[in-house]
Amino acid sequence: MTTENSSNENSAENQEGAEMTTETASSSLANISQAHNLGKRAPGTHVMGSGLEARGVHAWFGKHHALSNVSLDFSAGTVTALIGPSGCGKSTFIRTLNRMHEFIPSAAMAGEVLLDGKDVYAAGTDVTKIRLQIGMVFQKPNPFPSMTIGENVLSGLKLAQLKVDNKDDLLEECLVRAGLWKEVKDRLGAHAGGLSGGQQQRLCIARSLAVKPKVLLMDEPCSALDPGSTLRIEDTINELASSMTIIIVTHNMQQAARVSDYTAFFLSEGGPGQMIEVAPTNEIFSRPRDKRTENYVSGRFG
Amino acid sequence: MTTTANVIEVKPRKPWKATPTDRATTAFVLLMGLVIAAAAVKFTGLSGKLGFVFAFVIAATALEVFFSIRKYGRKALGDSIATSLIYVGATATFLPVASILLITLKNGVKGLRWNLFTTDMFNASFLDPIGNGGLLHALIGTLLLIVIAMILSVPMGIMTALYLTEIRGKGSNLIQFVVQAMSGVPSVVAGLFIFTSVILITPLKTSAAAGALALTILMIPTVTRTSQEVLLLVPGDLREAGLAMGATQWKTVATIVVPAARNGLITATILGVARIAGETAPLIFTIGGADKLNLNPFKDYQSALPFYVWKGLTLGTPESIQRSWSAILILLILVLALFTTARTLGGRRMK
Amino acid sequence: MSTTLETAPIPTPRALTTNPRTSDKIFRGVVTGFGMTALLILTLIGLFLSVRGIQTLHTQGFGFLTRYSWEVTQTDSGTTYNMGIGAMLLGTVMISIVALVVGVPLSIAMALFLTFYAPARIKTFLVSIVDLMAAFPSVLFGLWGFFVLMPMATYWAKLIFKYLHWIPAFNAPQYFFERSPFIAGLVLAIMIIPIVTSVAREVFAQTPLDRIQAAYALGSTKWGVIKAVVFPFGSSGVVGGAMLGLGRAFGETVAVYTVLNIVFKGNFHVLYGAGGNVASMIILKWGEATGDETTALLAAGFILFLLTLLVNLGANFIVRNTLKSGK
Repeated sequence: MTTENSSNENSAENQEGAEMTTETASSSLANISQAHNLGKRAPGTHVMGSGLEARGVHAWFGKHHALSNVSLDFSAGTVTALIGPSGCGKSTFIRTLNRMHEFIPSAAMAGEVLLDGKDVYAAGTDVTKIRLQIGMVFQKPNPFPSMTIGENVLSGLKLAQLKVDNKDDLLEECLVRAGLWKEVKDRLGAHAGGLSGGQQQRLCIARSLAVKPKVLLMDEPCSALDPGSTLRIEDTINELASSMTIIIVTHNMQQAARVSDYTAFFLSEGGPGQMIEVAPTNEIFSRPRDKRTENYVSGRFG
Repeated sequence: MTTTANVIEVKPRKPWKATPTDRATTAFVLLMGLVIAAAAVKFTGLSGKLGFVFAFVIAATALEVFFSIRKYGRKALGDSIATSLIYVGATATFLPVASILLITLKNGVKGLRWNLFTTDMFNASFLDPIGNGGLLHALIGTLLLIVIAMILSVPMGIMTALYLTEIRGKGSNLIQFVVQAMSGVPSVVAGLFIFTSVILITPLKTSAAAGALALTILMIPTVTRTSQEVLLLVPGDLREAGLAMGATQWKTVATIVVPAARNGLITATILGVARIAGETAPLIFTIGGADKLNLNPFKDYQSALPFYVWKGLTLGTPESIQRSWSAILILLILVLALFTTARTLGGRRMK
Repeated sequence: MSTTLETAPIPTPRALTTNPRTSDKIFRGVVTGFGMTALLILTLIGLFLSVRGIQTLHTQGFGFLTRYSWEVTQTDSGTTYNMGIGAMLLGTVMISIVALVVGVPLSIAMALFLTFYAPARIKTFLVSIVDLMAAFPSVLFGLWGFFVLMPMATYWAKLIFKYLHWIPAFNAPQYFFERSPFIAGLVLAIMIIPIVTSVAREVFAQTPLDRIQAAYALGSTKWGVIKAVVFPFGSSGVVGGAMLGLGRAFGETVAVYTVLNIVFKGNFHVLYGAGGNVASMIILKWGEATGDETTALLAAGFILFLLTLLVNLGANFIVRNTLKSGK
């Protein structure tokens, strides 16, 4: 059922055996996941980084109820992928995690987001500290164009007014971890605008790392990049995963399979977006419990 | 995990909004600022309203900084100082407008008499008490100026805007440049120009029409720029729909584009009128300044509301200045009415 | 396939010509004609005033631009003229500097408040107020400046003089602080606030949202975002807005005339009650001027026209470039 058909895994033209093909596709996704991750990172085995837990999170934009009752536990040192069709609330969800949701004037929320057991929405919380601990990489690479490559990496320190003993070491460390050091070490003083899209995105990752976040949120970080750059970013994510908690929103199921330990499936069925199912990534792709998840991962919609 | 689990009604919260404690802190900061400022004025060398405001700003900023740092640590220093300064700056910008409106209302109302609207100054002097004479001639003069300037500048402005948006010919960049340059022409220069180019050498002498010519120069750029913005808002597919039906460009513009932008074009006209209604400097060179009602716009000296204000101001006696305040109140009401109409029409256009 | 492509001659592009109908020809002609009228008017303004300007430069020499005196003397042999607008140009620059120094920071504060701090309702209200301010008649600013602002501002001037008179610009030859360039500058500062604020607001609002969010996501405060993202993006636009304000300040006539004591002397003391302004001087001298003096006033108008034209075009260039870079 699996191996002999694996050569067909991407053949969209194979229409007559829809059932057959889709099953093949989903199980091969599980294979990818297994090859990449299984056993590599088990929850709780890494003490660096720290856990994040969403409890009954809802989100609204004005009257529009965008996200309903999402509870998810992100263990320290794991990568969780959020998948689902457009408009299912997965981007909204990760923006509630580092309190970027509140920038929409009409936004509202309910529930709790616990970082190290403390609610980030508790009264009197310093929101800038929360965002320091929960970094974010956006869909489109957005380096600061007025700054050089080096200044971009260290910009978070300046913005949050943090003191560091050795800036050069930190700069190198962040760029190495983001997989960009070799390409830019000779032109740290050049403006960031001269880099390619993929390099800019890795620069943005390096920028997020410089303030030493415990959690890194990635909102479709590869959707604006070419396949080569996408693979490099995925390598970077796999490298980083040992030292921090990563939550990545993606449209690309292969990507979820390649980088994540856990996958959560979000769906909006007319009403607010909901989390349908969360499970270890290879399970989601090989034997999803919910019919809707199965339909989605097998490519029947979305 | 399914929808049935979601039985309990959850209320949306906005945990990022100011909490009662935050509000209380802000109120405390402002109140203590006032108290400290009052104490400073009473017991130190600082004195007067300026001293009070100064002490208040410093005290309130210091308190705000103190509370922010206690809550968020040292990095809140720059942010809280900047926030205070921005609030102070915004208030300082708003205060003159409030002062101008209130004082004009207060001083202007004192002199409002019915006779202002029914008589001119032919049998009265500016130095007489305000019960004598009126500003009917100035009011009529302003209306004549506005009507003539409108007749001249609205077609000019809209046609120029059409050239820039519909024809987009080779000269577009040049004309855009010229319109920008025109919007910067000082009003005194417009007056001087009409004086030298019209009053000195053509049969049209000092009169409402000459004044209106000077105002037209100032009004054209406003009408053109606003019309241009409005015409650009008309969707391109409307034009293409017209052309695709085989209509000529002329028919498309006349029957589709201009009607679609109608409200906006009226707004452009009104904003243009608001721009020129209060202009004084060009009138000094062109209308002469009559004291008698003159209904002929092409002959003899004319007056206008801003000119009437100007004359009262330069004469400088309490009676003449009272006339200025009352006249400027009437002018301000006119401008306000025009402005509100433009806003209402413009707002409707956006929807 | 590829060989035929190589040998096939590359066709020359056909010109897309239409033969417009007569009604369209008339329409285009009329509209173009109107469009060109604006150009005609501007050229005529330059032409008429420059002819007079050249006449004056001919009789008065280039000293017309630098001389501080304006003397018209009647003698037996006729009238002699010794005229210059040096003091007025100096005064115009001084007043405009005061207007910019006071008005631009206030406008930036207001624009930042409107864009990043104000709640929606207050924002709508204040935007209307600022726009309305732009439509206030300049004679109203003069009236208010003279009767309301001047008593206060004279007191401020005395305070500045008391504590800062050791700075040459804040010194004064006599204890006379009314109707000074400082006060005229304050009135102009208020008058340029609407234009500078609306340009700055437009530019700030165009700051790319992704950069703002990136800064917030790095744990920045609001002020940190403004410093790191908004100012680097918008600074040149604000400079352009300030230049538009400068153009307005150069050309303002009636308001300055009302509050300024116009004296044909070179005065560098900004608090001292003696100043100059080209535009106001023109209406001051207009009533009694005859002959060469009238021509000289027209020449002064021409110079004012050139100055504002240069400043305005520079400003528009900068503002348009900034707004384009945001898209």
